[in-house]
Parts: sequence; C-alpha cells; structure tokens
Amino acid sequence: MNDSIVSLVDKYHLIAAFAVIGLTMYVAYWLSRHLTAGRLHGSAIAIIIGLILAYVGGASTGGSKGLSDVTLFSGLGLMGGGMLRDLAIIATAYGVRLQEVKKAGLRGVIALFLGVLVSFVAGAVVAIGFGYTDPVDITTIAAGAVTYIVGPVTGATLGASSEVIALSIAAGLVKSILTMIATPMTAKLIGLDNPRSAMIFGGLIGTTSGVAAGLAATDARLVPYGAMTATFYTGLGILLAPTVLFLAVRAIF
Amino acid sequence: MVIYGVALLAGCMLVGLIIGDVLGQLLGIDANLGGVGIAMLLLIFVTGYLKDRGKLPETTESGINFWNAMYIPIVVAMAASQNVAAAFSGGMVAILAGVLAVVLGLALVPVLTGRKVDDASPLDSTPTAHSGH
Repeated sequence: MNDSIVSLVDKYHLIAAFAVIGLTMYVAYWLSRHLTAGRLHGSAIAIIIGLILAYVGGASTGGSKGLSDVTLFSGLGLMGGGMLRDLAIIATAYGVRLQEVKKAGLRGVIALFLGVLVSFVAGAVVAIGFGYTDPVDITTIAAGAVTYIVGPVTGATLGASSEVIALSIAAGLVKSILTMIATPMTAKLIGLDNPRSAMIFGGLIGTTSGVAAGLAATDARLVPYGAMTATFYTGLGILLAPTVLFLAVRAIF
Repeated sequence: MVIYGVALLAGCMLVGLIIGDVLGQLLGIDANLGGVGIAMLLLIFVTGYLKDRGKLPETTESGINFWNAMYIPIVVAMAASQNVAAAFSGGMVAILAGVLAVVLGLALVPVLTGRKVDDASPLDSTPTAHSGH
C-alpha cells in the first residue's frame, strides 16, 4: 500500500510538486498573516521554508538538488528548474513599463559591469586573506563569488583543482541563498522599491536565482526589471573572469 | 484561445534563447548571453504591438498571466531544490566570499540609483498585488 503510493507520487512527480508547493505557500501566507501581522511577506517565508527543506533534503540524501533529491519530491526539480523558471520570469515582463526600462538602461549596464567587478574583487580579497597565492585559485574562487556558474566555468577554463572549483560553487551558492533572504530585509534601507533601483539591483547582484527569489520576496512587481539585467550577468562574468580579470590577478601576483 | 498566449510566450523564449546563444558564440563563451532578457523585451514589444491593434483577446492574455502568476510558486520550488547543504559545507572561504559579494552589491544599489527623482518613484500600490509592504 505504502509502496504503491510512493511509486504513484514518483510517477506523477510534477503534479505532486504543484501540491507540495501549494501547501507550502498556504502555510507561509498563514504564518505571515498570523505570526508577523504581514510584516514579513508570505513569499519571503515560503522561500525560507523552501531553503530549509532544501537543506534537510540535501543533508539527508547527500545529493546536490536539495529536497528534489528525495524521491517523493523529485518533481520540485522540474518545477523549480531552469526551464519553467525562465518561462515564468519572461511572463513577468508582460505589463512592464518600457519607459522605465529605457530610463534605467544605461545605469543598468553600468551596474552589470560594476556588479561583476565588485563581486570578483570581494571573492579575490577573501581568497587572498585565507592564504591563496596561486592566481588560478584566486580567480576561480573570485569567479564563484560572481555566480555559482561563473566559478566552475572559469575554474575549468583555467585548469583549477576540483577542490577549488567546489569552493567556488559553494561561494556562489552562499551568495545566491543570502540574496534570497537579505533582499527583502534590506529593501527599504537601499531604496529597492522602484523599477530603476530594481534594474540596478539586478545588475549589481546578478545571480539569477537569488535576484529572482529576493525580488519575489520583496515586491513581485519589481521582478521583471531586476531579472532583465540579471540575465546578462552570468554571461558577462563568464566573458570577463577567465580573461581580463584573470590577467589582472596574474599581473598582481 | 489560452494556448495562443502560452505559445506566444514560448515563442518569445525560444527566439530570445537562440539570440542569446548566438551572442555567446560570437563572443566565444560557453554561455547564453542574456537570452531571457532578450525574450522579455520581445514579449513586451510583441504584446504591445498586438494590443494596439486589438489582437490580444483576454483568453490569450490569460495564457501569459497564468505563468506570470506561477512565478512565485516556481521560485519557491527553485529554493527547495537549491544545494543549500553544499553552500554551508564549503567552509569559511566560501561563506565569507559570498557574504562580502552580497553586502557590497546591496550597498552599491543606492549609490548607483542616485537621489530620488521622479523617474525613480515607487510603483503605485495596487490592491490586488501585495499587502503589508
């Protein structure tokens, strides 16, 4: 009986994921209303619950895809994977005010370059502080602080060791997860309440999953503006990190 | 028909991703350069064009709006499939590098946004969107 239920849920994994996430959203919005009197957004709570579940799932299975590594919840990987996530992000653009995009366009581009540079320097400084002296290691860890995709791509290009590549992925994951949690908390402080600052935010932080979730937890209407710039970030990072930025690091060390 | 809206969305996504892929190849990087962003712009232009000509009926719109409304649940599913365990097992180097990158990034947002002017005014609050903020 139990086995057949498990195999049924496994077979209809995406449907099961819809049900699980629906329930999570309900619990999160209930908590938001009754425990925080609406001060902490329901979606922010839902994302935090998701991250906790991901930790539990990852810690118990040893897999790399959070809760979706648990057989019963494998549909979460498809529902929250790149394909449907990008489709939903694009759908949020419907109803965007194009004038806002145009007005913030140049600042958005500046934010993109500055964002990659600042994250890279932050990662490099930490790597050097921990005693790394090899330019390849420093660049790979620094690239990880850009995003968890830029890190391993850069590391593979430069021939970094697998430990350093793992470290760079971890740095990028920390950035992405922290962005999800810290964005709604600091939004007021940094003036993240309008399309222009959202586009700049997307360019400066860049990690797509972090920006997507951070803005969703802050104000869903800002999502398309932030996502629009953030979507160029990883590509720019992969362009700059193993080339110009690596040469700069090597020139210094 | 609802499928027209979904197909329009899917079409914009595919065209955007193809352009992003070609851009990546032109620059010699193994990544899609802004495909999603390009797809977003395409969707804005195409739906704007159709709307102006009255060729975007409500049922077509609802095909796009459904995925728009599924955004937050999808993001929650994404959060639940993140490799959180690995993030914490990376040690202090990884944690500090990630934290510093976020702190500096967030701190620079008000610097680049500049002082509040008309074009950086908050979005009007809509009763249907979110409460509590």
